[in-house]
Amino acid sequence: MARRKSKRGPLDYAKSPWLIGFGLITFILLYAPIAQLIAFSFNDSKRNIVWRGFTTKYYAKAWNDPALVEAFVNSITIAVMCTMVATIIGTATALWLWRFRFPAKSAAEGVMALPIVIPEICMGVAVLVMYSRFGSWMRGVETGPLHWLNEFWAIWPPLNLDAFTIARIWNEFFSVWPLNLGAITAAHIAFSFPFVAVVVRARLAGFNREFEEASKDLGASEWQTFWNVVLPFMMPGVIAGALLSFTLSLDDFVITFFTAGPETNTFPVKVYSLVRRGVSPDINAASTVLIVITLVATIIAMRMQAPSKTEG
Amino acid sequence: MENWKQNKAVFWVTALPGVVWLLLFFLIPLALIWGMSFGEKTSIIDIEITGTLANYSRSFEAVYLKIIWKSIWISVISTAVCLAIAYPVAFGICFSPARWRPLLLLLVILPFWINLLIRTYALIAVFRTRGTLNFTLEWFWNLAFLDKLIGPFQPLELLYNNGAVIVGMVYVFMPFMVLPLYATIERLDRSYLEASLDLGASQWRTFFSVTVPLTMPGIISGIILVFIPMLGMFLVPDLLGGTNAIMIGNVIARQFKQANDWPFGAALSFLLMYVTFAALALRAFIGARMKGGVGV
Repeated sequence: MARRKSKRGPLDYAKSPWLIGFGLITFILLYAPIAQLIAFSFNDSKRNIVWRGFTTKYYAKAWNDPALVEAFVNSITIAVMCTMVATIIGTATALWLWRFRFPAKSAAEGVMALPIVIPEICMGVAVLVMYSRFGSWMRGVETGPLHWLNEFWAIWPPLNLDAFTIARIWNEFFSVWPLNLGAITAAHIAFSFPFVAVVVRARLAGFNREFEEASKDLGASEWQTFWNVVLPFMMPGVIAGALLSFTLSLDDFVITFFTAGPETNTFPVKVYSLVRRGVSPDINAASTVLIVITLVATIIAMRMQAPSKTEG
Repeated sequence: MENWKQNKAVFWVTALPGVVWLLLFFLIPLALIWGMSFGEKTSIIDIEITGTLANYSRSFEAVYLKIIWKSIWISVISTAVCLAIAYPVAFGICFSPARWRPLLLLLVILPFWINLLIRTYALIAVFRTRGTLNFTLEWFWNLAFLDKLIGPFQPLELLYNNGAVIVGMVYVFMPFMVLPLYATIERLDRSYLEASLDLGASQWRTFFSVTVPLTMPGIISGIILVFIPMLGMFLVPDLLGGTNAIMIGNVIARQFKQANDWPFGAALSFLLMYVTFAALALRAFIGARMKGGVGV
């Protein structure tokens, strides 16, 4: 680490050439593979080992691959839907845990943090099992163990709905785009809203509750206080949380891999199937686009979070 | 904080969305596979929950025990290497000029936000037989006229072995290790280091007897934060390890995809969950002891 005999102050570790060198090498090793991936997306060579001149033809090729574009659009759609719902649920959860004292609160906090800590694959297979169970219940309403549902619905003659019709309507409803992505989106929301809650709650920790009391003393309703006092304060946290859930959803491979049916593809799942077949420049091009989108969202999110330190 | 009884309407409005969503799309699914882990297959599609422990005992058969053992040691080595790299990096960032710190920290964690699959794919391009690393080695080989002396360069088989998986794990998780380490080293009271140095301890002695013990909470958080996802990792062993370096994650995935043995897959994934819970309990226990015991 630091050399013993030197003219530096004893705690001037940042000037230690060993430490600087070590850090520099780490940064280079961290970025070199990504830099190479981006550089080779512009490389005019199929085999991608030596530089043979600049080209953007692999971007055009990726753009003209309908399966890849469809997967990309699916991923963005899922990420947008996930962000909208996860932000609302996560913000509500943050407000709930920040504002109230209630029995078994620490247990509730622990359970809310569970999707953040458990291995992704456990959640992936769990959601897979649930969806397949749900699917077989839906198919089984006519004859299966849920037959009683049929009689139950038949009591309702004016609508003339039996369980079979309901199952059919349900299936048709969820086969229309973008609702056919609903199953994946619901799972994405489940693992990303706890992250939103953590970020928003961190922001709320710096909130002076006297403002809220003052607002209520001056006659504002619960809703007006929330809308005009609490929400503006926590907005940077909410935006940071939204962007976080956007990147989390866009990046997810494992959970989508287990929940996606054969006819719905997301970008990471599509890239996975391509990567298994080998390295090719159009994967580089498509990956570069995704890297740029994620990094822009992440940097904006970090900018949003930064001011909370100074104001708090 | 308000007592929930003072404003029940707001309490329920804020509580229900998260609770219901988590229940429907997280807790119920987990409960389902937990139940399934005690079940057995009665036909191709039917699974009956019989309360059997056969799935768990099957996990401890030699074939699977070997894979579990391998997952553990690969994760342990990768975690140790992560720590050995991340500690000096976090330490250096903490002692760098204050205006540089946010930028350096951002640079370390930025790769973490890039899609895991893309980062793993980037590594394949570096390590494959006709990849960047072999190409560079060949260049040096020819530069030293070794091709004239010994013969043409033989590309190294760097992918599809345990080493490749360890390198991949370290590459993917190192940024994650830096965060908790940075958080504790930054809060370190530097006068302890000065005192140790003034009293004649060497820099190394100070580091191992003062700095490391004082930053132990960060080290433990970092280890747990990185070790748990490594243990259940699916993508890295799948893409970099191939068939030679299978880990628990791959076995679980196979039970749910090709092998179609859901009860066994459920038991394996719950074994992973039990390990996770144990690790979290350990962290809570150590955290509580540190607060009470070591007064510094």
